[in-house]
Amino acid sequence: MKPAPFEYVVPKNLNDCLNFLYQHPENSKILAGGQSLIPTMNFRMAQPEYLIDINSLNELSYIRTDKTGGLQIGALSRHYQVESDTIIAQKAPLLHEVMPWIGHVQIRSRGTIGGSIVHSDPAAELPAVIVALNAKLKAKSKKKERWIPAEQFFTGLFATALEHNEMLVEIAIPPMPAHSGCSFQEYSRRKGDFALVGVACMIALDKNKLCEQVRLVYLGVGEGPVMASQSCQSLIGKQLTSDLLQQAAKIASQNDLTPPNDLHASCVYRRHLAEVLGHQALVQALEKAEKTF
Amino acid sequence: MTTSYIGESVKRLEDARLLTGQALFVDDVHLPKMLEVAFLRSSYAHARIRKIDVSEALKKTGVVAVYTAQNLGDYWQAGPLLVSPPPIKRLTFHKKTQVILAKDKVRYVGEPIAAVVAENRYIAEDALNDIIVDFEPLPAVVDLEKALLPDAALIHEDLPSNLAAHVIQEKGNYFAIKDQADLIIKRDFSYDHGAAVAMENRAIVADWDSKGQQMTVWDTTQAPIPIMNGLAGMLGLSENQVRVIAPFLGGAFGPKIMMFYSEEMLIPWISKQLGRPIKWIEDRQENFLATTHERGQTHHAEMALTKEGKILGIHDVFLHDTGAYDPYGLTVPINSQCTLLGPYDVKNYYSEFSVIFTNKMIVTPYRGAGRPQGVFVMERLLDLAAKELHLTPSEIRSRNFILPEQFPYKNEIIYQDFAPLVYDSGNYAPAMEKALELIDYKKFVEEEQPKLRAEGKNIGIGVVSYVEGTGIGPYEGAKVTVGASGKVSVATGVGTQGQSHFTTFAQIVADVLKVNIHDVTLVTGDTFKMNWGCGTFASRGMVVAGNACYAAAMAVREKILKLASEILESSIENLELGDSKVCVKGMPEKKITLGELAVKANPLRGAVKPGTIPGLEAAAYFGPSTGATSNGVHAAIVEVNPKTLRVDILKYIVVHDCGKVINPMVVEGQIHGGVAQGIGNAYYEQLVYDKKGQLLTASLMDYLLPTSYDVPRKIITGHIETPSPLNPLGVKGTGEAGTIPAASLFVQAVENALDNPKLEIREVPMSPNRLFELLKES
Repeated sequence: MKPAPFEYVVPKNLNDCLNFLYQHPENSKILAGGQSLIPTMNFRMAQPEYLIDINSLNELSYIRTDKTGGLQIGALSRHYQVESDTIIAQKAPLLHEVMPWIGHVQIRSRGTIGGSIVHSDPAAELPAVIVALNAKLKAKSKKKERWIPAEQFFTGLFATALEHNEMLVEIAIPPMPAHSGCSFQEYSRRKGDFALVGVACMIALDKNKLCEQVRLVYLGVGEGPVMASQSCQSLIGKQLTSDLLQQAAKIASQNDLTPPNDLHASCVYRRHLAEVLGHQALVQALEKAEKTF
Repeated sequence: MTTSYIGESVKRLEDARLLTGQALFVDDVHLPKMLEVAFLRSSYAHARIRKIDVSEALKKTGVVAVYTAQNLGDYWQAGPLLVSPPPIKRLTFHKKTQVILAKDKVRYVGEPIAAVVAENRYIAEDALNDIIVDFEPLPAVVDLEKALLPDAALIHEDLPSNLAAHVIQEKGNYFAIKDQADLIIKRDFSYDHGAAVAMENRAIVADWDSKGQQMTVWDTTQAPIPIMNGLAGMLGLSENQVRVIAPFLGGAFGPKIMMFYSEEMLIPWISKQLGRPIKWIEDRQENFLATTHERGQTHHAEMALTKEGKILGIHDVFLHDTGAYDPYGLTVPINSQCTLLGPYDVKNYYSEFSVIFTNKMIVTPYRGAGRPQGVFVMERLLDLAAKELHLTPSEIRSRNFILPEQFPYKNEIIYQDFAPLVYDSGNYAPAMEKALELIDYKKFVEEEQPKLRAEGKNIGIGVVSYVEGTGIGPYEGAKVTVGASGKVSVATGVGTQGQSHFTTFAQIVADVLKVNIHDVTLVTGDTFKMNWGCGTFASRGMVVAGNACYAAAMAVREKILKLASEILESSIENLELGDSKVCVKGMPEKKITLGELAVKANPLRGAVKPGTIPGLEAAAYFGPSTGATSNGVHAAIVEVNPKTLRVDILKYIVVHDCGKVINPMVVEGQIHGGVAQGIGNAYYEQLVYDKKGQLLTASLMDYLLPTSYDVPRKIITGHIETPSPLNPLGVKGTGEAGTIPAASLFVQAVENALDNPKLEIREVPMSPNRLFELLKES
């Protein structure tokens, strides 16, 4: 379990990094926290020719608010920084709540938010959460800069909308609607494991307490984060009664998802968990949204 | 004042070294000009090897040599059969042991095919990709039940089938009493494979010194002396040309026994060939694929009982998976067969098993060593019978316990140590009473559980009992020496892998010689310091090596007193030993220190009496007539989440009787670690092979070890002491006590929690996913 030979590159700044990436788009890998990449290389499942270590690019590590009250998070921000940031706790409580679910303390002290997102593990927490939060991702290459909505960023198993010469530099999270609430639920075999099933939920109510917006996003049940669209549709514009939430969780598990069968859980058991967790998430998010009145 | 150490929770003397990084592990051995090895391992479970081409690998810069079966020449061989079949009348056994490198055929995924020797491990691994093997894939034999079907592929083509062994043992006559039974419980049970997953993987460094004609091998083995003896034979050297050192090991749990793994046979030979030190460090993936593991049995069992719940007899037919080879003989299935009987008075027993070759890694003992499977069958049968007869789990067990006056209790069948299975001593009822008291059984069942159930919580209780055959022979040795400084050194042949030998053996020697325990140092696992003995396995360290330490210390004590009596001109009876000195009773000024005595015992001038043996030193050996039988009761309270089926263990009790306790803290540590592994077996861990024999759980991401979050914070232990009459210290082993019944307990408690009359758990492990399926079926 030793990696195949590679060249180790340490860019001086972001431009330097993007230049290198532009020259070697096909065979480079960016090393951030390395919590997934290094094991993948040791298993020789990834064999990059160039390993670009961006850990000294402090310009990519920041957490700040923008003019609209939204959040801007530099891709190199470590999980523990996101976890302990008071602005995030206040502005994006869902992101704050999900952090303890990511691996263990040791992993969170090293792993980065950007790294976890671009790795696009179907059972990872952050992709589902940023989709639920309607986040936008800033991709940058030597030649251009563009914003990709989180919902369009994850294109398949360990695959993203990034081009080879692009890198993720920032995650932007819009301000939460006025009367909204969030919840994250997950079931894993052991604390710190990737989820068997997890779900991130955001509910926004209008001033009459009818459902204005709902985002129910699953992890561990597909090739990436899965938005339970039919389930969400069934709630829009309605008074969210207990029966309706129960029914929505059922719709999500039966109609919106095709969970995989694998070593740790069958498709049927995952569907069952998706209903249980989806329901818990909806109930909890609604409770929080109602408290804002 | 010298205090008495035996029975005290003396803090571990080895911890300072371990915690400050001063303890040597094999990977710490760095020698000049050392090369590293990587193995090309089979990616097929079963295939013929048509051709191996290593020419490209040899061209790689930094590669020094590549070995395949072809270029090992005469050294190519199969490993030894470590344990011959015991003298059982109705027994068939086909010996097939692992080879150094696969020659014509591979028989499991991970079987070594070629060894690349290079300047470092990175280069060696790079070169593995350059080796081309032309395989002809064969159908893999994975399923135990299908392995004996006529159309199953043959793993060893010179055998008529995939049957490795067949054994029948009987006590009384089950068939004769079956008709008298009021109740027959008949069910199938299965127990899947799990791995030991020691924190440190296997590792070997070999260094051939051609000028000194000396081979030194650092090996993560539990049994350095058998490895030394075996290697001497294989390499054509004398025993004193081979030094095997098993330094500190990061856990072993059975699979690091004196296996003669392919790597153990090959690395020293390569060092001799190339005249350079060679290192091989197993990585975690190799550890999953190519280190032995265990469990893997299916039982078809039947129990006959009276309506009062008294067992009349048991009939059990089972299949045991030995993997691709059977170098460890029948130890594991015989342990299952014998330990099934447990602490119960069973008069009639018919047990038949078939050992099956499959295209999986070899099965050898792993903590519990066949016992958990047997205990699982017995405890589940009792649980099912108790339900039918409306008895509590403790009632049905207590009604069948062997009574104190029945010891020594003869079970008639032959045990793994070739002797008839006899329980030397025991007192089983008090262990059950104590466990029920510690878990507050009555209050839980009568008050707490109904209340919690009414609140919609699924909380259940379980209680199981078991015996643990420990401390088997043949023998161990120890050498105790008092030096000129007055300090005492002890050398034993057993390897040490975390058992606290440095502390517990020192406690014994310090007590005998009346010295401060900090003046006793221990050497374990270095064949140049002690070259007779077997190894650390089968919960035998304290029983066998501990008693050897005691015997050697007693012999030195005798020497000390004899010499002191001559010097102090006083009779031995009139001497007092203590505080590292000997004095005449009532005359503290008339004294001599142990250091001074050691100098006198080794004179440099003058004459000694003819026949004098120099030094305050003695070696002694201990071999018990048969094993000492420990026993215990585990009890637990668990909560099952009704929606996710996640199980949380709320309380865990172990009451254990391992005879005289040398160090209660060490015993508790053994039990806690054992319980952790038992919980892993029960709920988390499973080696999953697919239909083609590919191991799907070859990383710590897919093979779920319980972490510190998953093991109960507090495991409450209670000790009962029924000393063994078979050894002077009265000790019994305890290494496997925590593991053996944990899975049986877990499933009983989960069933009780779910309170569903149709739910029957008859398999291990029991994941939430599997529990979900069972509940759907019921």
